Amino acid sequence: MAPAAPPPQQPRPQLGGIDCDVHPAVPGIEALVPYLDAHWGNAVVQRGLHDLEPTSYPLRAPLTARPDWRPASGKPGGDVVTVLDQALDGFGSRIAILNCLYAVQTLFSEDMGAALARAVNDWLAKEWLDRDPRLRGSIVVPIQNAEMAAAEIDRCAADRRFVQVLLPCLSDQPLGRRLHWPIYEAAQRHGLPVAIHAGSTYRHPVTPVGWPSTFTEDYVAQAQGFQTQLTSLVCEGALSRFPDVTFVLAESGFTWLPAYLWRLTKYWHGLRMEVPWVDRSPADLIRAQVRFTLQPLDAPQDGADVLRVIDHIGSEELLLFSTDYPHWQFDGDDPFPAALPQALRQKILLDNPLATYARIREDLA
Amino acid sequence: MNFEIAQRATKDAASRPVIVDCDIHPLGEAKDLLPYLSQRWREHAQSYGLLPRHGFQSGPAYPKGQPDAARLDSWPPEGRPGSDLAFMQKQHLDFNNVELGVMTMISPAAGAAQNMDYGAALARAMNEWQVAEWTSKEARLKASIVIPYEDPPAAVAEIEHWAGHRDFAQVLILSRTAEPLGQRKYWPILAAAERAGLPIAVHAFGYGGFPVTGGGWPSYYMEEMVGHAQCCQALLSSLVLEGVFERFPGLRVLLIEAGVAWLPSLMWRLDKHQARLASETPQLKRRPSDYIREHVWLTTQPMEEPERRKHFHDMVEWIGIDRLLFATDYPHWDFDDPVWSLPVRLDDTARQALFRDNARKFYGLA
Repeated sequence: MAPAAPPPQQPRPQLGGIDCDVHPAVPGIEALVPYLDAHWGNAVVQRGLHDLEPTSYPLRAPLTARPDWRPASGKPGGDVVTVLDQALDGFGSRIAILNCLYAVQTLFSEDMGAALARAVNDWLAKEWLDRDPRLRGSIVVPIQNAEMAAAEIDRCAADRRFVQVLLPCLSDQPLGRRLHWPIYEAAQRHGLPVAIHAGSTYRHPVTPVGWPSTFTEDYVAQAQGFQTQLTSLVCEGALSRFPDVTFVLAESGFTWLPAYLWRLTKYWHGLRMEVPWVDRSPADLIRAQVRFTLQPLDAPQDGADVLRVIDHIGSEELLLFSTDYPHWQFDGDDPFPAALPQALRQKILLDNPLATYARIREDLA
Repeated sequence: MNFEIAQRATKDAASRPVIVDCDIHPLGEAKDLLPYLSQRWREHAQSYGLLPRHGFQSGPAYPKGQPDAARLDSWPPEGRPGSDLAFMQKQHLDFNNVELGVMTMISPAAGAAQNMDYGAALARAMNEWQVAEWTSKEARLKASIVIPYEDPPAAVAEIEHWAGHRDFAQVLILSRTAEPLGQRKYWPILAAAERAGLPIAVHAFGYGGFPVTGGGWPSYYMEEMVGHAQCCQALLSSLVLEGVFERFPGLRVLLIEAGVAWLPSLMWRLDKHQARLASETPQLKRRPSDYIREHVWLTTQPMEEPERRKHFHDMVEWIGIDRLLFATDYPHWDFDDPVWSLPVRLDDTARQALFRDNARKFYGLA
C-alpha cells in the first residue's frame, strides 16, 4: 500500500496551556548508568539488568503511542526534540510536566529501587529539563520504602523545576495507609502536589477478582484502582492529615467521579463511626484536595454527556489539561470535546493547573 | 446509621405499592444446615469447617458496622436476623407488600470453600434447606441455586440438579471469585445456566483470596463496602471482554448490591479503550456497551443518592430504566425501604417498571 500523502500543513493550535501529563521514555537502562554510583552502575552492567519498561504499557500496543507520535525507531517519547515538537509546539503549550513511567517502583529490592529512582531524576534534570525552559519534572520515588522516598523528595525538591511527586496507582498497600505518610509529609514540606499515575507494580492482581487476561481489561481496571485509592486516602485520614497536599490523579479518567462520590458519601453517612477522623463529607474533601488530568476522556466524543458529568462533579476546578502524550487517547489536535465552552477550556488549560502547581505559578508570575 | 430507629409516621401495608424484592437474605446457621449434610460432611463441618480464604473461623474479614450487619429491629424473638420465616413474613413480606421475594443465600460461602468436595456438599445442603424451610412454606419466596463456583463440574451438576424446579429463580455466584468471572474456567457454569434458562445472579461479597483492591488490602469495612462497586466493574469488564455474551447469547446476568450509577462511565471507558485495542479482543463483534445493554441487569440497593437529586434522572437515562430491579436487602442494615428510599419522583410507568414489572419480566412471570 502506498503511504498516504502527508496532510496539508495546518496551523498548529496555540492553546497556551499547561500540559500536566507528558511521558518521556528512558531510551534504555544503559542511559541511566552515567547517573548511577559505581556500585549500581556496575550492577547494571555486570548483571545485565534488563530494561524496566512497565508492563502497564506494552511498547507496541496501540494505546501506548498515537500512530503519528510513534517514531520509526526507539521508544515513543524517547527523543527530546520530537517531544518538544509534538507535545509542546504541537499544542502551543507553555509548560509540560514530565511523568516518567520507568518502573523503578516495581523492583523488589528497595535499595535498587532507590538508586534507580535517583538516576531517573538526575537523568530527567540533565537530559530534559536542561534542554528547554518549558519542561518541568515529577520526582520519581522508590515507593518500596517511604523513608527513602521522602529522602529523594528532599533531595530533588531543591531543584524548583521539579513540581510534584509521582506515585504509581497500584502497589503493595493502599496509598492512604500510614506507612506512606512520610512521602506526603515530605511533599507538604516542599509545597509539592502528589501525582498518582495509572499503572501497577503487579504485587497483586490489578482487579479484586484476580488476574485479567487482556491488556484492555488491565487498562480499564486502572479507573477502579484509582477509585479504591481515593477511598483509602479518605478513610485513612490522609487528606485531612495533609491539608496542603493536592493529589493529582493522572491518566485516571474522571467521568466515574460523580457516581463514586455518591457511593462514598452514602457509606460515610452509614459507617463514619469506623473512621471518626473523617469529619467532613468525603465529596468536599476530594473536591478540595484532588485533581484529575483531562485524558483519557472516557465519554462519547460529542461532549454533551461530558458537560452533564462536569455538572454532576459540582466543580469546574478539578480538571487539569493533559494530552497524555504519546499515549493514544485522541486524534487530531483538539484534546477537548467539541461541546466544552471556551471559558471552561481556559480553566482546564491554565487556571486550574496554576492553582494546583505553586512552583509553576511562581515561574509564570 | 443503625442506632435507635425512630418510627416514622409509616405507611401501613395496605397503602404500600406491591413490589418485587430481588434481594432477601435468609440465614441458615451451621446447626440448621447439619441435618441436610451426610454423616461424612457433618463430621467435616464440625471438625474443620469452611476454611475460608481469609483469617477468621467465624465472621467476615472486615468486622461489620453492627451485629450480623442487620437492622436492629430485624432480630426475631429467637435466633438471628433472617432465620425466622414467620417473623420475616410479618415484618417484611406482609408489611412491604412483597408479591415476590428472591432469596440470595450468601452465607455460608459454600462457593469459596477451599475443600471443593465440602463446598459441593454444603451447596446442596443449602439448596435443600431453602426449599424445605422456606419456599415450600411460602409461595411468595423464590430461591437462588447456591453453587460451588470454584469447582465448575460440581457447579454444573448442582445447576442441572435443580434446573426446572419452580422454586429456583436463578443461579447465585458471589462477586469476589478466584479469577475474573468471564474467564474460561467458569464457562461451563455460564453454559449450564443458559441451557437451564436461568439468569446468573452475582451478589457482592465472597472471598476469592486476592486483596479486595488492586492495590492491596484496605483497612476498613467502609472501604470494602464502597469497593463492591469497583469489584463488580472489574467482573463485568471481564464478562464483556472475554466475549462471554457472544459465546452464550442467551446468558442473562444480574448484579446485586454493587450500585448502579457507575455503569455509564464504565460503558464509556470500555467502549473507548476496547475500540482502541480491538485487535486484542477479536471475539467481540459489537461495542461493549451493546452487550451490557442486552445482557445485564442491576438491583438498586443500596439506592444511589446523588448530591443533587435531579442527577438521578441523568443516571436512569444513561442506564435505561428497564435494566434496574428494586431490592431491599432485608434484613441488612442498609435496607432500602420501597416507600422512602427512591430519591426522586419517577412517573408511574417508570416507577412500576422499577418496583415490579422489570423483575417480573426478568424472572419470566410477566
